[in-house]
Amino acid sequence: MLDSILRVEGLCKRFGAVEASNNLSFEVARGEIHALIGPNGAGKTTAINQLTGEITPDAGSIFFDGEEITHLPVHLRARKGLARSFQITAVFEHLSVEENLGLAVQAHQGHSFRFWRNVARDSSLKQLTRQAIETIGLEARAAEPAANLSHGEKRQLEVGMALASRPKLILLDEPMAGMGPGGTVKLAELIQGLKGNLSILLVEHDMDVVFSLADRITVLVYGEVIASGTVEQIRNDPLVRQAYLGEEVIDA
Amino acid sequence: MEAEGTVSGAGLIAMQNFLTRKIAVLSTCLILLLALPVIMQLLDEPYLISLSSRILIYAIAAVSLYLILGYGGMVSLGHAAFFGTGAYVVGILASASFDASPVFSWPFQMDGSERLLVALPLALLISAFAALIIGFFSLRTSGMYFIMITLAFAQMLYYFYVSLEGYGGDDGLSLYSRSQLPLLDLGDDTHFYYLCLTFLLLFLLFCHRLVNSRFGRVIQGIRENEKRMQSLGYAVFGYKLACFVIAGAGAGLAGALMANQSEFVSPGLMHWTQSGEILVMVLLGGMGTLFGPVLGAVALLSMEEILSMFTEHWMVYLGPFLILVVLFTRGGLYGLLIGRER
Ligand SMILES: Nc1ncnc2c1ncn2[C@@H]1O[C@H](COP(=O)(O)OP(=O)(O)O)[C@@H](O)[C@H]1O
Ligand SMILES: [Mg+2]
Repeated sequence: MLDSILRVEGLCKRFGAVEASNNLSFEVARGEIHALIGPNGAGKTTAINQLTGEITPDAGSIFFDGEEITHLPVHLRARKGLARSFQITAVFEHLSVEENLGLAVQAHQGHSFRFWRNVARDSSLKQLTRQAIETIGLEARAAEPAANLSHGEKRQLEVGMALASRPKLILLDEPMAGMGPGGTVKLAELIQGLKGNLSILLVEHDMDVVFSLADRITVLVYGEVIASGTVEQIRNDPLVRQAYLGEEVIDA
Repeated sequence: MEAEGTVSGAGLIAMQNFLTRKIAVLSTCLILLLALPVIMQLLDEPYLISLSSRILIYAIAAVSLYLILGYGGMVSLGHAAFFGTGAYVVGILASASFDASPVFSWPFQMDGSERLLVALPLALLISAFAALIIGFFSLRTSGMYFIMITLAFAQMLYYFYVSLEGYGGDDGLSLYSRSQLPLLDLGDDTHFYYLCLTFLLLFLLFCHRLVNSRFGRVIQGIRENEKRMQSLGYAVFGYKLACFVIAGAGAGLAGALMANQSEFVSPGLMHWTQSGEILVMVLLGGMGTLFGPVLGAVALLSMEEILSMFTEHWMVYLGPFLILVVLFTRGGLYGLLIGRER
C-alpha cells in the first residue's frame, strides 16, 4: 500500500458535452514529484481546480493526508496544507513582492482580524517572508510592485506564493508557462530543490522538464487516465506513444 | 554599477522630495484646521465655522466609504444608509428625552438621552449592526450587482424612515438642542468644531493603523484578487464583512455628528443622492491615501457653497468640473497637490 498524500477516486466533471474529467483516479505519494501531463484541453487544469475546491466534481472523491476533502471549501483545503499556483498568473499586481509573499505567509499564522499593529514591523511575519523571497531569488525586487515584474519574475512569484505557506502538497499548474529557456532552467532547479521536503503535483508541457523532474507520471487524454507509472514505464508505454507523445522523440 | 547608483540616488532624492512635500502640505493643513475658528472670528464670518464643521463631518463619512471602496474595492452606492442611521439614533434619543417618554419599553425600557456619551456609542453600534445585516446579504454579490443591492437597501431604509410618522416621517425631526458633553458646550459652534476635528483626526489615525495592519493587508489582497486570497487560505467573506461593518460604524459616527450640527434629521440624509455625494468626494479627492477623501469633502462642499452664492444651478457647473478632475488627474486632487506615491 502506497503512503499517499493525495488520493483521487473516480472524479467526474462534465461541461456540457465536454467530459473534462472522466472517472479520474490517481495517487500522489508522500515526497514525490508526480507529473500530470496530457495535450491541451485534456482536463489537467480542471482536475487541479477540483482538487483545490474551485470546481465541484459531479462525482468521485478526493482524499488529502488521510482525510476526505471532497466537499471542503477552498480556503480550508489551503489551511490543511494544499497549495497551488495558477497557470494564468494571479499575483497581487498593486502590492509589492514582499507584500504578496507576506500575505501567503500570514494566511497560515492564525486569523488576520488584527487591526492595530503595523504589519511591516511584524517580525514573525517578516522573517518567513524574507525566507520566501530568498527561495525564489527575488531579493533585489522585494519592494517592487508585482505589476513591474517581468513575465518570468511574475511566474517565480506565482510559485513562491504557493510555497510560502509551507504546504504539504503543492499543485503547480504549468509553472513554466511562457517562460524563456533561462527562466525555465531556474524554476526547474527550484522545483528540484524542493524534492523530498514536500509532495508536488506538476502539470507541465515541456517533456524534457517532466522527464527530468518527475518520479512518476500520469497521462491524461480527453479527461481520462490512459497511463500512470514511473518515467521509464511512461516512456515505453505504447498507448502513450501513440495517443499523446506522437512523433516526439522520447528516447533518452 | 555607477549608473545604477545614480539611478537609485535620484530615486531616493525624488522620494525625499515627495515626503518633504507631503509633510509640508499636511502640517500646513493641520495648523490651518486648528486655527480656523480664530481666523473666522477675526474675519467676522462665524457662519463659516459651522460650515467647516459640516465639511469635517462629511470628511469622516468620505473616509469611511474610502475604507471599503479604496482599500476593499467594494463600490457601495448605499453608504448614506449608515450615515442616516447614526443621525436618527441621535435624533430619536433626543426627541424621546425631550418628550420624557421611552424610545421603547419592551423587552426592556430604553429611555431617551441628550448625552453624547450615550447617543454616540449607540449610534456607532446601531449603524454597525445595520452594516452587518446589509453587508451580510450584499457581499454575496460583487461589481454592478453590489452597487445595485447596496442602493436598494439604502432606499429601503429611506422609505422606512419616511414612514416613521412618530418621528416626523417625511418632514424629519428637529432637535431641541445639541447633545450634552461634560466640559464642552456643543451649542457653541467653536466647541462643536473642535469636537468634529478631534473625531476626524482620531478616525484618520484609526484608519491609518487599520490599513497598515494584518487586516488591512488582507483587505487589499481581496481587492486585488479574491480568488487568490481564497486559495491562500483566507475566508474572504468574513474579512469583507468586517471591513464593511467598520465603514458603516464610521459613517454612523459622521451621521451622529451631522444630526448635532444641523440639529435636524430627515430621511433625506440617507437618500441615494447623499450616497452619491459621498462617493463623489472620494473620487474627487483621489485614490491611494486616506487624505484623498478628506480633500474631496473640503473641495466639493466649498465649491457647492461658493457656486450656490452665484447661481441656483450650481450643479450644471460643478458636474463637468468633477468629470474633468476624475478623467484627467488619475490621482484626484490629492495627486495634483502632492504628487503620486507610486
Ligand atoms: N468553465 C468551463 N466551462 C466549459 N468548458 C470548460 C471549462 N473549463 C474547461 N472547459 C473545457 O474542459 C476541457 C479541459 O480543459 P482544461 O482543464 O483547461 O484543460 P488543460 O488544462 O488540460 O489544457 C476543455 O475542453 C475546455 O474547453
Ligand atoms: Mg491548463
